[in-house]
Amino acid sequence: MDDLKKGMEVTEAKFKLTLCDGTACIHKHSKELLLAVESELDKHGLRQAVKINLSGCLGMCKDGPILIVNPGFVMYGGVRVEDVPEIVQSHLVDNKAVTRLIISPDYLYNRFFRVFGDVDFFGRQMRICLRNCGIIDPENIDDYLALRGYEALAKALEMMTPQEVVDEVKKSGLRGRGGAGFSTGLKWEFTAKQVSDRKYVICNADEGDPGAFMDRSAIEGDPHTVLEGMIIAGYAIGASKGVVYIRAEYPLAIKRLEKAIAAAREHNLLGSGILGSNFDFDIEIRLGAGAFVCGEETALIHSIEGSRGMPRPRPPYPSVSGLFGKPTLINNVETWANIPVILLDGADWFSSIGTETSKGTKVFALAGKVHNTGLVEVPMGTTLREIIYDIGGGIPKGKMFKAVQTGGPSGGCLPEQYLDTQIDYESLAKAGSIMGSGGMIVIDEDACMVSLARFFIEFTQDESCGKCTPCREGTKRMYDILTRITEGKGRPGDIELLERLGGMIKRASLCGLGQSAPNPVLSTIKNFREEYEEHIHAKTCRAGQCTAMLSFTVNEKCIGCGACKRVCPVAAVEGARREKHRILPDKCIRCGQCYEACKFDAITRA
Amino acid sequence: MKNMITIFINDKEYKVEPDQTIMKAADKLGFKIPRLCYHPKLSIEGACRVCVVEVEGHRNFVASCAFPISDGMRIKTNTHELRRARRDIVELILDNHPLDCHTCERDSNCELQRLAASMGIRARHFAGDRKRYEEDLSSDAVIRNPEKCILCGRCVRLCSEIQQVHNLTQSHRGFSTVVTPAYNAPMAESVCTACGQCINVCPTAAFLEKNYTQELFSNLNDPTMIKVAQFAPSVRAAIGEAFGLPVGTNMEGQLVASLRLLGFDYVFDTQFAADLTIMEEASEFLERVKGNGKLPMITSCSSAWMKCLEQFYPDLIDNVSTCKSPMSMQGAMTKTYFAQKLGIDPSKICSAAAMCCTAKKYEAARPELMFDGMKGVDIVVTTREIAWMIKSAGLDFVNIKPEQPDNPLGLSSGAGAIFGTTGGVMEAAIRTAYDLYTGQTLIDIEIEAVRGLKGIKEGSLTMDGKEIRVAVAHGLGNACKLLDVVRKDPDRYHFIEIMGCPGGCVGGGGQPYPLTNTVPLDDAALTKRAKALYDLDRGKTIRRSHDNPGVQKLYKEFLEHPLSEVSHKYLHTHYQAKLPVGIIPKEAKKIEVKP
Repeated sequence: MDDLKKGMEVTEAKFKLTLCDGTACIHKHSKELLLAVESELDKHGLRQAVKINLSGCLGMCKDGPILIVNPGFVMYGGVRVEDVPEIVQSHLVDNKAVTRLIISPDYLYNRFFRVFGDVDFFGRQMRICLRNCGIIDPENIDDYLALRGYEALAKALEMMTPQEVVDEVKKSGLRGRGGAGFSTGLKWEFTAKQVSDRKYVICNADEGDPGAFMDRSAIEGDPHTVLEGMIIAGYAIGASKGVVYIRAEYPLAIKRLEKAIAAAREHNLLGSGILGSNFDFDIEIRLGAGAFVCGEETALIHSIEGSRGMPRPRPPYPSVSGLFGKPTLINNVETWANIPVILLDGADWFSSIGTETSKGTKVFALAGKVHNTGLVEVPMGTTLREIIYDIGGGIPKGKMFKAVQTGGPSGGCLPEQYLDTQIDYESLAKAGSIMGSGGMIVIDEDACMVSLARFFIEFTQDESCGKCTPCREGTKRMYDILTRITEGKGRPGDIELLERLGGMIKRASLCGLGQSAPNPVLSTIKNFREEYEEHIHAKTCRAGQCTAMLSFTVNEKCIGCGACKRVCPVAAVEGARREKHRILPDKCIRCGQCYEACKFDAITRA
Repeated sequence: MKNMITIFINDKEYKVEPDQTIMKAADKLGFKIPRLCYHPKLSIEGACRVCVVEVEGHRNFVASCAFPISDGMRIKTNTHELRRARRDIVELILDNHPLDCHTCERDSNCELQRLAASMGIRARHFAGDRKRYEEDLSSDAVIRNPEKCILCGRCVRLCSEIQQVHNLTQSHRGFSTVVTPAYNAPMAESVCTACGQCINVCPTAAFLEKNYTQELFSNLNDPTMIKVAQFAPSVRAAIGEAFGLPVGTNMEGQLVASLRLLGFDYVFDTQFAADLTIMEEASEFLERVKGNGKLPMITSCSSAWMKCLEQFYPDLIDNVSTCKSPMSMQGAMTKTYFAQKLGIDPSKICSAAAMCCTAKKYEAARPELMFDGMKGVDIVVTTREIAWMIKSAGLDFVNIKPEQPDNPLGLSSGAGAIFGTTGGVMEAAIRTAYDLYTGQTLIDIEIEAVRGLKGIKEGSLTMDGKEIRVAVAHGLGNACKLLDVVRKDPDRYHFIEIMGCPGGCVGGGGQPYPLTNTVPLDDAALTKRAKALYDLDRGKTIRRSHDNPGVQKLYKEFLEHPLSEVSHKYLHTHYQAKLPVGIIPKEAKKIEVKP
C-alpha cells in the first residue's frame, strides 16, 4: 500500500481550481471553460502556480458550470467563457473575488463540506457515497489513493478473513440502494456460503429512472470507490470475476470506469495476486442497450449472458444461481460505494447514522418544482421537508407544495401531510411510496395529478419487458383508462377499475417493475381522489393541464387586434378587424396558443 | 426415499416429497391449479401468472409453476382475491386477442378458450386497443399469426430447448411484444425447419399449418384429373383422436374408405414407399459399409431434419442418405410407374398426401425433388386437415366399413408401418440390411434397443462378425446433441436414424390437437400411438421390406434393382448448404456457399 503512494505527485500550487466536469456542466460548456482558463493562465504566466482539477458531478447542476477557487473555498456558479479573464485577473492576480459570480455568498456558513466551502445545499448533507465526488480528479488514481483509497481493500486482504468482511458488512446494517432494500450483508453471506467453482460479482449501473443520475455521477466522480467495493466483495465471497453492467448512454462514466480499471490493473489492484496476496480478481464492463427492465437483477443477468433482458421467477435467487448459472452477487453502484467506508471507519460508526432499520445515507436526485435541483446525499431519517425546503430551497415562484414523488417512475406521490416523514425504507413504504433508487420529484400546485399518474404509467407500460401478463397488458389498460380520463371521456367506475387492476398487477406481476408500476396511480387515487372525480364527473382539470377538457372563448375585453387569429394553427378564430373575435368550438383543438398570444386578457380558458 | 415434508394447502395438512414446485405437489394431491404458459417438457417461464397462489409470509402472489415448496409452507389456491386476480389476468389476455372464436381454426380446441370458460368471465372491463399484425403466410408449411399470440412463450422455448433451432424469440417490449423469427424474417426465409411443433404447443392459433384443403377439394371435384392419395403410417394411429376415439386407435381401414368417399380414385399407402425406402437405404448403407461412401450413414426421411442439416450441419451432408423420403418416393412412383401402367399422362394425376407432418408441405415444394419437370406430390395435408375434410364431407368416419388400400402401391410390410415412430426406420433397415448382407434371415426382428422415447438410443448388432453400431435420435434437439458427438467422434456409429419431431412421426406437427386435460407432446399419448404401429407390424405376416411382393414386382417391372440408374433418377436426391436470414452458425461460416 505504501509503495502505491510513493509515486504520487506533490502539488505546490498557489491556487487550486476545481472545475465541475459532470455531464450537466459539460452540457453547459465546461470544456470550453477549461480551455479558456488554461489560455488565460498562460497569458498571465500563471500556469505553474495554479493547479486545475476536474471533478465529477458536484450535484449543483442548476448553477453549473461550477468553478471553485482554493484556498478560500470561493465557489463561482454559472461561469461563462467571457467571465474567465475577469476571474483570473481579479481573483488570481489581484486577489479580489469576483462577487457577482459567487453563488449566494449569504448562505455560506461553516458546517460540513470544507473543500467547497459550506453552502447550505451541502451543509445539511452527509456525503458517504459521494464523498470524493468533486474533490478528486476521477481520472487520476493518485487522487483517490491520497484520500485513503484502496486502504479498505488492503485492510481486508491483510487483516481480515473473508468471513470477517461479510460480518462487518452485515453488522453495518447496509441495505441495497437499488430499490428493494434487501440487507446487503445477508446477500453477501448467502453468496459466500454457496460452493461453486466460479462465482461472480456484478455492479448494477443500469440506472434507468427518469431524472435519476446518482449512479452516473458516482461513477463519473469517483469510479475507484465502486471498483474497490467490488474487489472487496470478490474477496469476501470467493469470486474472481466482476462485471459492471452500465448503460451505454453514459459515455463519460464508461470512459472513466475504463480508465479506472486500467489504472487499478497497473497498480496490481486488479488482476492476479492483488497487493501481494494470493487473491485474483478482475472486472470487465458490459454495456446495457437501454432497457429499463435490465435494472432488474435477473433481467440484467440475462442481458449479460447475451439473451433478451427479461426477468425470470425467483427463487432461485442470483446468490444461488446467477450469471451463467453460478452464484452471483449483484449490488447497485451506490451500495458498492459504501463498502470501503464501512471497512475503514467500521460498521459501528456506519450504523450510528440513520434510523433503526435503515442505516447510513441515501443519495436523492432532487428534481421538479424546487429551487435547488441536483443530487443530495442525506442521512437516513432526514425528513422530506428538510430535503425539499432546507436543502432544496423550497418551491420557486412562491407556489404551493402539492406532492413529492419518490422512488422513480414506480414510486408513489405523497401529499403535504407526509412531509415530516422520516426517510427510510419502511416509513416510505408505510406512507405509500418507495425508496426506489432515490428519485425525488417535487410537484407544485400547477400539476394535474391524473396527468402525472398517466405520465408515469406511460413510462412503465412502455418499458415493461412484455413477459408477464399483468404488467404487459394491465399497465397498458391502466394507461388507456387514464388517457380517457384526461381527455374528458372518463366513465363512472373508472377509479374503481384502476384500483382493481392496480391491486392485481402489484400482487401478481413477475418482477419488481410490474409489482411497483401501479404505485403512482394508486397513490394519487388515495391522496388526490377528488381530482380524479372532478375529471370524470365534472369534466374539469383544476390545474388546466388536461387541455382536451378546456374550452376557449373570447370575452368582452377583445379589441379585435387579430393576434389570436394569426397564431391559431387550425383557423378556428374568426372575426373582422377591430371587432370582437369568435372561437369556433368545433374547429378548436385546444392548443392554447390564442390564450398565450392575447395581450388583453380577452380569451377565457375554462 | 426422501424425507417427506409437511405443507398446508387451503389449511389442510399434507405430507409431500420435498424439492418440487407448488404446482407439481398440488397436481399429485388433486388440485388442478389453472395454468397457461406452463408445459411439463419446457423450462419454467412464469409469464402468464394464471397459476398464482397465495403463500403465507409473501405479500405478493407467487407463480405455483415456479415456486418451490418448503416445510411448513401454507398455501392457498382458491381465495376470493386469487380467483379475481386470475379472472382479471385471463380477461386481460382476451382483451388483446381477436374475438373471432367462431371462425378460428382452433375453435373448441383452444386452451385459452377453455381457460376463459373455467374462469367464468362474463363481462369485459378493459377492452381497448388490441395488437394488429399481418399474418406471415410466406412459408409453405407453417403460418404465423401474431394477432392470436398470447405471449406464453411455449413456442419460443420449444423451438430453442427441444428443437434447438432457436428460430423464434420475443422482440420489442411491453404491449408491442411479439414473437418473431430472428431479424423479423418471414418464416420462409428464417431458419424454421417447418417441424410444426410450435403449432402443437401453441395454446391458441398463433401458429398453424398452411391450409391446402380447399385446393385439394377443388382437385377432387375436377373430373379430368386422376386423384391419387397416399397416407403416412402415423396418420392412421392418430386420426381417431380427432373423432373422439381413444389415443392409439388404428383407423387405417376407415381412413382408406373415407379417402375413397372423398373422391380419390386410388388410395395408396405410404408404407409401401417406406418398404421401397428401406430397399434403397439398406442397399446404400451396405455399399457404404463396403467402403463406397461415408459412414456413419444418416437417414433422410424427416423433412424438418433435412432443413436442419442443410442449415446447421452442412459438413455432414455427405453422411446423409441420398434417398428421398417415403412420401416423395411414393409420389415419384405414382407419376411414373403407376402412370405408365395405367397408360395415362402423369400431368393428369393429382398426387395428394395425408401426412402427420407440416414439414412435408415444405418438402413437396423442394425443387431438388422434381423429376421430368414434375413434382412427385402436388398437395400435402396434415392429419388435422384430412380429419376436418372428412368431417366437412359429412362422413361417419368412426362407423365406416374399413377397406384395403389399392394396388400396386398399397401393399406394405410391418417394417413399413413402424416407420411412423422413432427407431422404426432403423429397425426396418436392420431387418433388411442384415438379410441382404449375411444372406441369412434375422430371427429376432423386434429390436428393443431402438424403441421407446429415450432422446438418444444406441445399439449394436453383428453381421457376419462385423459389429454395426447404430444410434437413434428424435426431436431436433436430441439430433443436434447426437451429431455434435458424431462431429467429434466420426467412427463411433455406422448408422444413425434421425427424426425431427419428438417421438418421431407419431408426434408430428400435423397431428390432432391434444384432448381436454392432456398436454401436447404427452409421452403417454406418443407411446400409445407408437404402440398402434407396433401392433400393426406384429399383426402382419410380411414384416420385412424386401419380402413385400409389391416392392419386388416394382423392381422387376420398373426399377431393375436397388441403386440402379432408374432408382437414382426417381428415388434419390441431393442436399445443399443453406445460409438463411438471421442466425449464421459458426460451422456454416467455414463452408463456401455458392449463390
